Amino acid sequence: MFDTLLQNILNALQWGSFYSLIALGYTLVYGVLRLINFAHGDIVMVGAYIAFFISSLLLGQYGMPAFLPGWAVLALTIPLTMALTSVVGVTLERIAYRPLRRKGANRLYVVITALMAGLILENGNLLVLGASRKKFPELIEKVVYKFGSTYVTNLKIGVILTAILSFIGLHFIITRTKVGMAMRAISYDKFAVPLMGIPIDTVIVFTFVLGSSMAGLAGILFALSYPILDPYMGMSIGWKAFIAAVVGGIGDIRGAFAGGFILGIIEISVVAVFPSSYRDLIAFSILLLILTIRPTGLFGVAQTTKI
Amino acid sequence: MNNSKTPLLEVRDLEVRYGNISALHGISFKVEKGEIVTLIGANGAGKTTTLHAITRLPPPEAPRLCAGDILIHGQSIIKTEPHDVVRKLHCALAPEGRHIFGNLTVTENLTLATFSRPKNEDLTKDYEHVFDLFPRLAERRHQRSESLSGGEQQMLAVGRALMSGCTFLMLDEPSMGLAPLLMYDMFRALKKLNQEGMTILLVEQNAKLALDFAHRGYLLETGEIILSGNAAELLKNPDIHKAYLGH
Repeated sequence: MFDTLLQNILNALQWGSFYSLIALGYTLVYGVLRLINFAHGDIVMVGAYIAFFISSLLLGQYGMPAFLPGWAVLALTIPLTMALTSVVGVTLERIAYRPLRRKGANRLYVVITALMAGLILENGNLLVLGASRKKFPELIEKVVYKFGSTYVTNLKIGVILTAILSFIGLHFIITRTKVGMAMRAISYDKFAVPLMGIPIDTVIVFTFVLGSSMAGLAGILFALSYPILDPYMGMSIGWKAFIAAVVGGIGDIRGAFAGGFILGIIEISVVAVFPSSYRDLIAFSILLLILTIRPTGLFGVAQTTKI
Repeated sequence: MNNSKTPLLEVRDLEVRYGNISALHGISFKVEKGEIVTLIGANGAGKTTTLHAITRLPPPEAPRLCAGDILIHGQSIIKTEPHDVVRKLHCALAPEGRHIFGNLTVTENLTLATFSRPKNEDLTKDYEHVFDLFPRLAERRHQRSESLSGGEQQMLAVGRALMSGCTFLMLDEPSMGLAPLLMYDMFRALKKLNQEGMTILLVEQNAKLALDFAHRGYLLETGEIILSGNAAELLKNPDIHKAYLGH
């Protein structure tokens, strides 16, 4: 009984890590721009594909001689993927959101643009790479540790630790650095930020870099754990992470982090008790209940600004 | 560039529109280095619009410039980015309604204003200067700034402008909502700043206060400058007396 519980908690933490990493991206962009970046889930997908191509390249799939062991390939893939995924995120900001912002477009149009951008990423992928799924290479040898009758893989530990460390790093940036201060300032009062000599667009680009690199990281970790890639993989996990961010209180990074883990824990607990086909139904009913009781989310405060 | 004949700020025939509504119909004025100049006028005369035009704020806040020019040290700033007005030209605005960042502490607000100053610059003196001018801010430095009183928030807004390293300070209605005692404190501090060499452009509805404080003044009415001159003379002007000072 205790072992199953522990096993479930570990699984919940792993899924919670994915949701948290992605939810952080939603919440950062929302905090700064008041924009729900609905393309964010698809950026996770793009991240997973970028990781797939980089690691395949380094493993010698495309004619390049393979000279690196798997762990070194992973060590190179992670920063490269994060960098390239942030390029994608920033490009999206540049060509889709910034022109609308310049013209002072209503937020509704920006959200619709985000939805469309997501569809373009999905279908663009479909067009370029075809409908066949990709198998993500196994970069690190799976090591299974056994505690009593609980099994835990090195990957699972890695995923959970990465999520926690990313959050700590992000929290440091937001609370301790000047650019983090600028992000909080924009979320409170955008008007006065240029008066401080701060180029708003630079801060927004930085926000997208942070959010998208987290999405890229989530993409790699997800692909390592569930190594089948398809163009729609970002959709369902992206929506769920968005909901996690809202339940946590969108705009607050603590909320996104906690919300991700809450969703992971609820999902796994539901599956532990009920048939797994009820998972989403019951999990989202519980989240709906949380929102009914606290409409601003767990960390949200009505009418004040967040991040 | 610092030719003594070139004014620090020169506004030439400035015309500004919000959509189809014309807010300024060709105003011209100057601010010389070291001066305190005030722009007075009733609500809706175009005072804030003038300041927003100078700070080049981005849309949607920004008014649209249709004609005329704004020069700082003799150079047009029409194409300058808003943050560069602060960073490169050292012109700062303490805006109407203060617009402090309530979710940040007092110190964080001040630090944020140093965002674009050179990395290796020693700012200790600047902080001390602000805390000297406004000792109340020093007492509350770790407090979230939304918990400050209106007067303290105004001090913070001015302090923040100073931390940006400005040499030209624009103030939009700094007396608004301040208790009389705090208001005099504020103007005493501003006077001291001016004596230290700060050039000040003050926008005020409270004409008496503004003219007592400034060297020169301009009277703005529905988008046009209708009177200008020495502050002491304006203070005696019967028209101004009637319209803005009461009897």
